[in-house]
Amino acid sequence: MKMEGKVAIVTGASRGIGREIALHLARLGAKVAVNYAGSEAKANEVVAQIVEHGGEAFAVQADVANSEAVERMVKEVLERWGRVDILVNNAGITRDNLLMRMKEEEWDAVINTNLKGVFLCTKAVTRPMMKQRYGRIVNIASIVGVSGNPGQANYVAAKAGVIGLTKTAAKELASRNITVNAVAPGFITTDMTDQLSEDVRRAMLQQIPLARLGNPEDIAHVVAFLVSDGASYMTGQTIHVDGGMVM
Amino acid sequence: MADVLERVTKIIVDRLGVEESQVTLESSFKEDLGADSLDVVELVMELEDEFDMEISDEEAEKIVTVGDAVNYIKSRLS
Repeated sequence: MKMEGKVAIVTGASRGIGREIALHLARLGAKVAVNYAGSEAKANEVVAQIVEHGGEAFAVQADVANSEAVERMVKEVLERWGRVDILVNNAGITRDNLLMRMKEEEWDAVINTNLKGVFLCTKAVTRPMMKQRYGRIVNIASIVGVSGNPGQANYVAAKAGVIGLTKTAAKELASRNITVNAVAPGFITTDMTDQLSEDVRRAMLQQIPLARLGNPEDIAHVVAFLVSDGASYMTGQTIHVDGGMVM
Repeated sequence: MADVLERVTKIIVDRLGVEESQVTLESSFKEDLGADSLDVVELVMELEDEFDMEISDEEAEKIVTVGDAVNYIKSRLS
């Protein structure tokens, strides 16, 4: 899976799964725009790590829920590298609460970043990708977007929305050789899951046939496959990477 | 600078694979020239490049016929 000369934008790439996706695509030879919203120092670390290993990358600030910021980001990538082959919509936030207690702001914040953000970024890269007659878009959904999850009505609704958006974008853009797929991670070890109690962890593991939490690498490898030429006959799919939790 | 209609016609012929004789001011992109919605979006993108202008989504939606495109471009160039 060589990606020399390919240009990728990874949103929310300063930490967690996005960071690993950015590092992995760079390792395969892609030039990577490392998008972040607030964590500039962390994004610069990712860039430094890529450059140190002989890759090419730069950090680009943009709140994905802001259309002007998103357009500026894509423009910056085009000015620098002249094309955009790969978009990984990874940026996401959580504002968990029970439905009855969920504030409107919590709902809006998650929908705006996790769903509208995917729409805005996809829209912004569609033009250059149509002209190129080539594009690979991967949306990071979540297994809870398929199964539902108590306490995450906003997050689940956004992720289920992303899966529907993936299918529609796939149908609209297929004739221009742009594929759009989604990856639905299960429980992945990140800063977020590190904070869970032992009891909660144990309960989670009981639901996972492969009996371990996933690593960001597990997601990055599947993303790399989906943006490779090997996956050129796949579009509109949602790949579960969850240790077999939801089948 | 070639006539606006000539330049628009050339792009339409290249993009949609139609005969030049089919392209008149009255021809509708979708009804007469066999374009689908995505083709029209792409045509507008190419017109933006050809005439070095930005056509907003609102304006683009009003472009139904070749004449609409030509008139819009002329109004912007003058």
